[in-house]
Amino acid sequence: MLPPAKSTLAAETDALFNFINVTSIILLIGITIAIVFFAWKYRRRSENDVTPVITHNSKLEITWSVIPLILVLIVFGWGLSGYVNLTTIPDDAYEIRVVGKSWLWEFHYETGHVSVNELHVPVDRPVKLVMSSEDVIHSFYIPDFRIKRDVLPNRYSSVWFEATETGESVIFCTEYCGMAHSDMLATTIVHEQEEFDTWLASAGSADDNLSPLELGEQLVTRNACTTCHSMDGSILQGPSFQGLWGSERQFEEGDNVTADENYIRESILEPQARIVESYDPVMPTYAGTLDDRQIDAIIEYIKTLE
Amino acid sequence: MATEESKANVKRVQVKRFKPEEYPEKHYLNQETGLWAWLTTVDHKKIGLMYLMSVAFFFFIGGMLALLIRTELLTPARTFMDADVYNQVFTLHGAIMIFFFLIPSVPAALGNFILPLQLGAKDVAFPRLNLASFYIYVIGALFTITAIFTGGVDTGWTFYTPYSATTGGSVMMMTMGVFILGFSSILTGLNFIVTIHKLRSPGITWNRLPLNLWGLYATSIIQILATPVLAITLLLLTMERALGIGIFDPALGGDPVLYQHFFWFYSHPAVYIMIVPGFGIISEVISTFSRKVIFGYWAIALSSLAIAFIGFLVWGHHMFTAGQSSLASMVFSFLTFLVGIPTGIKIFNWLATMYRGSIDMKTPMLYAMVFLFLFTIGGFTGIMLGALSVDVHLHDTYYVVAHFHYVMMGGMVMAFLAGLHYWWPKMFGRMYSEFWAKLSCGLVFIGFNMTFLPQFIMGAQGMPRRYFNYIDQFQSFHQFSTLGAYVMGVAFFIMAGYLFHSLRKGKRAAANPWGSRALEWQTSSPAPLHNFEHTPVIINGPYDYHKPMSEFQLGIATPHNDHHADENVSHTESEKEQV
Repeated sequence: MLPPAKSTLAAETDALFNFINVTSIILLIGITIAIVFFAWKYRRRSENDVTPVITHNSKLEITWSVIPLILVLIVFGWGLSGYVNLTTIPDDAYEIRVVGKSWLWEFHYETGHVSVNELHVPVDRPVKLVMSSEDVIHSFYIPDFRIKRDVLPNRYSSVWFEATETGESVIFCTEYCGMAHSDMLATTIVHEQEEFDTWLASAGSADDNLSPLELGEQLVTRNACTTCHSMDGSILQGPSFQGLWGSERQFEEGDNVTADENYIRESILEPQARIVESYDPVMPTYAGTLDDRQIDAIIEYIKTLE
Repeated sequence: MATEESKANVKRVQVKRFKPEEYPEKHYLNQETGLWAWLTTVDHKKIGLMYLMSVAFFFFIGGMLALLIRTELLTPARTFMDADVYNQVFTLHGAIMIFFFLIPSVPAALGNFILPLQLGAKDVAFPRLNLASFYIYVIGALFTITAIFTGGVDTGWTFYTPYSATTGGSVMMMTMGVFILGFSSILTGLNFIVTIHKLRSPGITWNRLPLNLWGLYATSIIQILATPVLAITLLLLTMERALGIGIFDPALGGDPVLYQHFFWFYSHPAVYIMIVPGFGIISEVISTFSRKVIFGYWAIALSSLAIAFIGFLVWGHHMFTAGQSSLASMVFSFLTFLVGIPTGIKIFNWLATMYRGSIDMKTPMLYAMVFLFLFTIGGFTGIMLGALSVDVHLHDTYYVVAHFHYVMMGGMVMAFLAGLHYWWPKMFGRMYSEFWAKLSCGLVFIGFNMTFLPQFIMGAQGMPRRYFNYIDQFQSFHQFSTLGAYVMGVAFFIMAGYLFHSLRKGKRAAANPWGSRALEWQTSSPAPLHNFEHTPVIINGPYDYHKPMSEFQLGIATPHNDHHADENVSHTESEKEQV
């Protein structure tokens, strides 16, 4: 029933899950057999049936109180020990900063590099995520690692894991956060340590060889612009990028402007400044996430979507 | 034999047998008729029926919303509605089902009808207050309906801050509706507690109180103690939204986790407001249809009170991943497991009651057995979610959705349906078709499991709840689940069909069609306007099936009050002297 276990702590959680499942199924089968058997065996044969007077049975009642009590105490202790492991972060953990925004995940690395919706981590090494939210409550969940922690707007919360194999795992937001809550997905990419170091070293410069147009095309996907802005004219949480360039933008306040470089730049850095009619003010700022060259590239790309 | 001296000190009352009148000419349904008489009635039975109609209406609305949700989830992306419409639909499904159906369904609808009858009382202690409670409920409902048509609400039924403080829509109108509704719940609880304390017929000592009333009593205590906290919380939320006072929104200096504490401080006990009265119904039904004395009367009665009490101390188990301290999580987890014990005890007591009984598989009993099976699954999966490390994985996934549907629908709604089918003859004086009722019960059972079993698997695999889009690997589970929901939908339409048919064309019901010993069955069906034409006198426990029926029909003839001074009562079959 469970997804593949890809972290050091997953096995313990899974063992408890299976223990409770198996115990419950055995008890459920017993109870079900009793219900069906009694209903058949003691079915009413005549209206004059006489039934025995059995008001209580101390031995029986103590048995069926104490055995479940012992079982739940086992489950409690087992769950607690797992929880303590999940919340005790090793001192040598590699730290990555996580910011949740409606509706994307940002990952800030020690080099200053920021990746959106892609969490790169090394394998076989404890990783600590220090998380906060820019707006409402989100929750960071990686099913393969059996970890989850709410991401709050007014404080930091932390979660840790140690991946045991390389590959990709999905990240969900599990605290309802509005219209595109279910699109707030990200991917964990687990690398070998060397591969991770190489990736981190080159992460900032990998884009250098691209033309602005190519870069822009990559950036709108990589930065989760496409979660809310379509490329084909369909209406999502925000206006489509198609036909945006040079069009008249009608704002909530009643004024309007032609979409040019300055308007797009402002919309990326200060998205709440002017809201296009019939949309909600929900976009987070990209100030600090995108630099000037990247903003230029996105503008170049939008120009081509007619 | 008492001595001459002690005999002289005892007050002697004439007690005789009152056999209930079969197929009465006059009963509460055909007296004081007309729309105005109904709208202004203080009769608990009529108020109960008005509640019943209201909760049935909201169950229909909530059910249709559920079908919309399931239909949308047939495909991973958009099927036929937009994301924001979907978010409003699941919010309304939750809010309507919980606040307008589950909470009032057993206490206000069935409880109102049956509580005074089981006490042998003419009415509840404060009949006018009872009517006021109903109108407060209606006003709350009107606010909610206004909210739906003036922008909708997309916060989820939990109204978590800061999202609920910042999103558009009619959040304030909706929370005002729930706020007002709370008063209806508080007043009903108060009324029931006073009624149970003060209006018991002679002989109904605490150890002869029907278990249904123990259930309602425990529920009432939760209602009056927990509901004010919800009211305060919603008021604070409204102040934040309307006046910008920072309480929960960090942008204004508030704390969003505080909201979760406040909210669950009410909403977890509210789970017991929903399920504990269900326990009461199941006790009545299993004893009646097994025609056997209930096993462990005190264990069942006291476990209801224990659940009501411990239920106040477990709210933090909704917040294991929210950032409360590990110590708090540990304590809440421990207390959560403690609630499991009295719940398990009840299941075993009901099974022991069936043992060596004379079991008649009528529809209410069938529902009680469906309840036992589904609620047990709900209980076990609750143990799963109470385990700290496992809950970290399962929290806010479909596993939780499946779990609370097994408890709320598999438990509470099945108990409600058991109660509805059990007391239907007393309410309307008509029988329904056993064939169609059993067929519908079977379809509900199959449809329910088809809908929610796959959700356990999805949830264990990581499918988060409240998702409009989902990743492709979950599609087959979602489609199977939707199919199950349609089966359930058909079952409920069949139910509506045979129940309406029964109202008009059903066979006339006997006063006591199930051969029950319980007091409400010792008066005619439908009940007379004032429940009994005499003051009932109780000398046996409500489940003493080894005593003859005649001992359960005793009473003192009372001089009639003005309401029916022109009637004459002469059902005397035999006379019995009792000290």
